Amino acid sequence: MVDFEPTEEQQLIIETVHQFASQEIRPRARECDESRAPSQEVLQLAHELGLVANSIDEVHGGGGELSALTGVLVAEELAWGDLALALAILSPAQIALPLSLYGTNDQKAAHLGAFTTDAFAPGSMACLEPGYGANPFEPRTRARRNGSGWVIDGAKCLVGWLPGGDTVLVSATTDTGAGAFLVPRDAPGLHATPEQNLGIQALPSVELELSGVEVPEAALLPVEGGATLRALLQRSRVALAASAVGVARAAYEIALGYAKEREAFGAPIATKQAIAFKLADMAIEVDGARLLTWEAAWQLDRGGDATREACLALQQARRVSLEVSDSAVQILGGHGYTREYLPEQQLRNARGFACFEALAIV
Amino acid sequence: MAISFDLAPNSLKARDYFHEMARSQMRPLSRQYDEAEHGFPQEWVDYYWQQGREGPPDMDLSGPGDGFVQVCIQAEELCWGDAGLYLRIPSPALGGSAVASTGTPEQRERFLTPFRGDGPPVWGAMAITEPGAGSDTAAIQTSAELEGDEYVLNGTKIFCTSGEAASQYDGGFVVVWATVDRSAGRGGIKAFVVPAGTPGMRLGGLEKKLGIRASDTATLVFENCRVPRTNLLGSAEVKKKKAGSPGDKGFKGAMATFDASRPIVAAMAVGVGRAALDFTLEMLEAEGVPLRYDAPVQAQSAVERDLIEMQAELQAARLLTWRAAAMMNRGRPNSLEASIAKAKAGLVVTRITQKAVEILGPAGYSKKLLVEKWMRDAKISDIYEGTQQINQLIVARRILEYSSSMLR
Repeated sequence: MVDFEPTEEQQLIIETVHQFASQEIRPRARECDESRAPSQEVLQLAHELGLVANSIDEVHGGGGELSALTGVLVAEELAWGDLALALAILSPAQIALPLSLYGTNDQKAAHLGAFTTDAFAPGSMACLEPGYGANPFEPRTRARRNGSGWVIDGAKCLVGWLPGGDTVLVSATTDTGAGAFLVPRDAPGLHATPEQNLGIQALPSVELELSGVEVPEAALLPVEGGATLRALLQRSRVALAASAVGVARAAYEIALGYAKEREAFGAPIATKQAIAFKLADMAIEVDGARLLTWEAAWQLDRGGDATREACLALQQARRVSLEVSDSAVQILGGHGYTREYLPEQQLRNARGFACFEALAIV
Repeated sequence: MAISFDLAPNSLKARDYFHEMARSQMRPLSRQYDEAEHGFPQEWVDYYWQQGREGPPDMDLSGPGDGFVQVCIQAEELCWGDAGLYLRIPSPALGGSAVASTGTPEQRERFLTPFRGDGPPVWGAMAITEPGAGSDTAAIQTSAELEGDEYVLNGTKIFCTSGEAASQYDGGFVVVWATVDRSAGRGGIKAFVVPAGTPGMRLGGLEKKLGIRASDTATLVFENCRVPRTNLLGSAEVKKKKAGSPGDKGFKGAMATFDASRPIVAAMAVGVGRAALDFTLEMLEAEGVPLRYDAPVQAQSAVERDLIEMQAELQAARLLTWRAAAMMNRGRPNSLEASIAKAKAGLVVTRITQKAVEILGPAGYSKKLLVEKWMRDAKISDIYEGTQQINQLIVARRILEYSSSMLR
């Protein structure tokens, strides 16, 4: 039966994460963007909420709750606080989730423990490649057989690279299709060069160069008919769509509040139809994008192929986050252009959804 | 309960049943009644009345359903067939919604029974709009004066969907909005049921329209048209100060019918948009144009981008519509969500159908195909049951928590 109300448990999660985003993330959003570094304190506090650990296998100390739908509810709230900090907070899932879903018992035993200790540990996925026309479903990065292991060559970009991580999941094409490999950050032949980007500045990111990086056989995530990477990218697109909805909603709410406060010609600017109708359009668009995201996540949870749903959700959320954050800058006028207010940061962050891949996963 | 996009088995049955009806009964008549603008689609009316109105024969009435979502699905499927013919269906329509939501049990029995019987087809209609009053219902000039046990109606109503059929075929009725006291503004506006054939109600003309030409859009003229006072819907009391306050069942009730009808109008819009989109996708697939859902944005062709965007926009409109309907199932107030659905659906199907004509080139522009018709049919979705702008206004007032005097 068709229904649009989260379960009571999900509602509680939404409220808890929203409160966290409002009290711990939002107040740090500007400062972290300016300093181009996340706050370790907020990462640790988020870790203590157990958001990522909740999705890890129970055998390995997690909560065993692997719902993409719950994941998108969490991602929207976190990104409502701030996109870069949300991506940083969720980064452990970039290793924990692929392993929980597809990893061998040995891989799980080797890696999952890091995410269920008392301290925050970041994860990292490298699926986006530099160069026009690169397609993450068909990586140009190659993995060749070398005795009992693999040798990886290629380049990646926009890879989240928070301090303290030890492993990055790298996509590469083998003779039999595309796969994902667990690569130690300190592997010989792997070079990380810090990047500077238009947005998500609080999330340290790097370009990766892989030349002759050797990994053992056990580094490859089991490939289920070549579908593992495809499934991971779908889950990532749904997570990114949810994050984009969070960014859009945040910008919309800021603009709404501002328009009710700011007076011009003797009345709040929100009483003018030019502003009020723009706000109405923003509200309509945010809701539409959210429902597409929920549908894609629901499809993932049913175990079906969600390629189309994920594509539609991300298309819509990407457009909406850009348009709504741009409208927010516009409604705040000159103030919207300054770095005193968040919409300019949200606009820069939202533009990133045009290219982001695998920066978050549910 | 939980977030779910799983249609109940009954909804799936209804969807398939009405889709087949749309395909086999409506599509073959689409062009004919687009061109014969004021013709009477006898074969469709008879088919629907005799075979279609009961819905699928094998519904499990004890099983769970999707309630209003299922109603939306039916509207979407039939408007995928033809929106004009859908509007021509013999049914109580909006007038019936007003009777159902604000009428007494006696009134419901008296006016709605003919729609359930084995008699000839009957229609209901709602008459609100006037030459000088559209969304601003408080500006209504049609008057109703109490004389003895009768109300006497005088005025002119335009844009009455099914107004010709409802005013002329026995058993039908028109719900007419009129003021009993002009000085009272909205508080003086009441709804009256005028049965078909009542002396003093006459057809003033039929509109010639851009689209939905199979739909009868009538002007109705009321000249000393007398109805029993028992045909008044809701309370006769005129609230001068607090028009629209709770207890003012007449006006509020009529407004509430829009919260119920807007999701259906949105679903109808989605049906028209889907007709154009389905057809465009089929044509391009037949031409071998690739459509990749997994390619990065930068690698998509312009037409791929368009097709993906059209699908995303249409699905967003559909889900917003279902949400507004699902809230009704739960008895939740849905005025905001109903307007959101209507605003989104009206706009996106207008754009999608125009885009379909563009993408298909001369084939899209040609009357050999139905794409140009769907473009004309779609445009009404952004106008009737509250224009795009009226729905934006409603949404804006709700999100800003502004009254109608604060945001005019």
